[in-house]
Amino acid sequence: MTTDTLTDAELRDLKALVAEMIPASMTYEVPGADDEAIFADIVKSLERDTADARTSLRLLFELGGGSFADLDAAHRHEIAATFKVQGGAALFALNRVVLLCYYRDDRVMRSLGQEPRSPFPKGHVVEQGDWSLLDPVKKRAPFWRRM
Amino acid sequence: MHDKVDVLIIGSGASGAAAAWSLADTKMRILCLEQGDWVKPTDYPTNGRDWEARLFSDFAINPNRRNRPTDYPINDANSPIKVVNFNGVGGSTIMYTAHYPRLHPSDFRVKTLDGVADDWPVDYQTLEPFFAENDRMMGVAGLAGDPAYPLHHPPMPPLPLGKSGQRFGRALNSLGWHWWPSDSAIATVEYDGRAPCINLGHCTPGCAQGAKASTDITYWPAAIRAGVELRTHARVREITVGPDGMATGAIYYDAEGKEHFQPAEMVIVACNGVGTPRLLLNSTSAKFPDGIGNSSGLVGKNLMFHPFALTYGYVDEPLDGNHGPPLNLWSQEFYETDRSRGFVRGYTLQLHRGTGSIVEAITSTLAGRLPWGEDHHKVYRGLLNRRLGMSTITEDLPEEHNRVTLDPVIKDSNGIPAPRIDYTMGENTRKMMEHGVARSKDILAAAGATNIGVEAPILNGGWHLMGTARMGTDPERSVVNEWGRSHDVKNLFIVDGSIWVTSGGVNPTSTIQALALYIADSIKTRLSEGTLFE
Repeated sequence: MTTDTLTDAELRDLKALVAEMIPASMTYEVPGADDEAIFADIVKSLERDTADARTSLRLLFELGGGSFADLDAAHRHEIAATFKVQGGAALFALNRVVLLCYYRDDRVMRSLGQEPRSPFPKGHVVEQGDWSLLDPVKKRAPFWRRM
Repeated sequence: MHDKVDVLIIGSGASGAAAAWSLADTKMRILCLEQGDWVKPTDYPTNGRDWEARLFSDFAINPNRRNRPTDYPINDANSPIKVVNFNGVGGSTIMYTAHYPRLHPSDFRVKTLDGVADDWPVDYQTLEPFFAENDRMMGVAGLAGDPAYPLHHPPMPPLPLGKSGQRFGRALNSLGWHWWPSDSAIATVEYDGRAPCINLGHCTPGCAQGAKASTDITYWPAAIRAGVELRTHARVREITVGPDGMATGAIYYDAEGKEHFQPAEMVIVACNGVGTPRLLLNSTSAKFPDGIGNSSGLVGKNLMFHPFALTYGYVDEPLDGNHGPPLNLWSQEFYETDRSRGFVRGYTLQLHRGTGSIVEAITSTLAGRLPWGEDHHKVYRGLLNRRLGMSTITEDLPEEHNRVTLDPVIKDSNGIPAPRIDYTMGENTRKMMEHGVARSKDILAAAGATNIGVEAPILNGGWHLMGTARMGTDPERSVVNEWGRSHDVKNLFIVDGSIWVTSGGVNPTSTIQALALYIADSIKTRLSEGTLFE
């Protein structure tokens, strides 16, 4: 397992990248993935995906001809679009960590109508449903193959 | 050197636990060696806010990703389907969804009925009392009267239909196709000291409530109370043999890597369809240079997986999402052979309740459905809790080129050669999968779902590991006989999924355990007759 950490330059580029992936939204009143708390969670959670994150950031650097964070907004959009197509498995691993952290943030969960809590011990309620739906199947003759 | 035991069981999962419990009433000295550890209920992901994230770390379904000290590496680079397992007390019943169908009667007679593969040397009728006993021990919820099966009576009422189930029910009724509440190894009421399901919704990587039946909380407490010893962090390297060709015990490593020899009167292997051939092939000696019990050359061959296809779409209203056990219905409409479909044998459709919010985001990103940028939020809100999906579980016919061998390079942390998987999907399976995906799309259309996605085969879908030490009456065409004893070594038994002759098209745990109980019963009968080692 790779547990080393990203450099400051890599972190700057990563923060700019995650803002391209999931920007803040006034419409839905949610932070972006570059929000301080969410980004800190992303960095902490890279763990076994650190090597893939580093590979991705290296490609991003190459595509942009330098630091991604230093590009102007229009250029960042353009490079991010290319990067999304070319990033492959390493980018997917990085993108996965971003999503893992973003969608467990309390503010994001509340905006989706979800309770920010663990499933246990409270659990959830699932309706029994209309069991009469099964009546037509109950009327069917056995159809398993007899020997 | 440890004291000699009467019975040494290797592996504490679905089959090892059942065999240990069944044999305990003989009052023999029984020891089980397990390479993993007990998993505490408080360790399961649903205890924490990171419950979905841990599917990608310490509770990943793929052992190569999970990479716990108790796991062993598997070289599955040459397979489109990756092996899924768990190593610990309870084995892969810790890491399963507790969907619990039995094999059908026709599954034991595929050669006779359809002219492919081989018939089993046992049949459904023989196993029926052991299915029932296993249902009682594991605690199975379901509904009697499924026309796809011989009548049987699950001891608990079925899981709730929920919104997703009703949507599926209406769709399948409109098509005139079969569906039924699944047999599920999940307690829906208080059962034998277990609390009922509270719909945590994340059953696969362990149940914090204890409602899901994993053998650490079903068979093992009963077996240990009856005197069976379970030794954890004991990774077996090889089964040893004496000059007479009989098994003498096993060599294993403890948590510190110290080597031990455990002598035994008889050895029962229960390490699953990958772990068992790995162990047998690693157990070489002057008498068995190609691995113990391998005079047929079939140890490791005929690996069967049940290739899965996932087909899903999105509806216009919120469904159950991750609330409730993810699998609660099945359709067996296309299970039995109909040659007009262009293939023999058939498949189960297991109908999914929904997914969690993070898994939805990840899978939709992978599928190219969820964009980056401002649109991300709008698109995501149109997907969350609206997914309706199903899996096609195809019957995989045995083919000798699909196999488990020993990797020449990769070893586990104790230096034991790792298993290597070479596997390709057969033509019959491919046609069956295409049919299953097409019919799944029909169901989704009837349910009003759009935005259809397909993953076929599912990459991390090697849940079911079968066929690599098949049973049979012919020593040249099988590894163990009709009651699980090695043809070559008369005090060596195998009880896990590796002894399956064909795969059927259902989740195998119920049948694996019924078969283990049947073999244990056969051992007891012959023990009392004095014919066990003849």
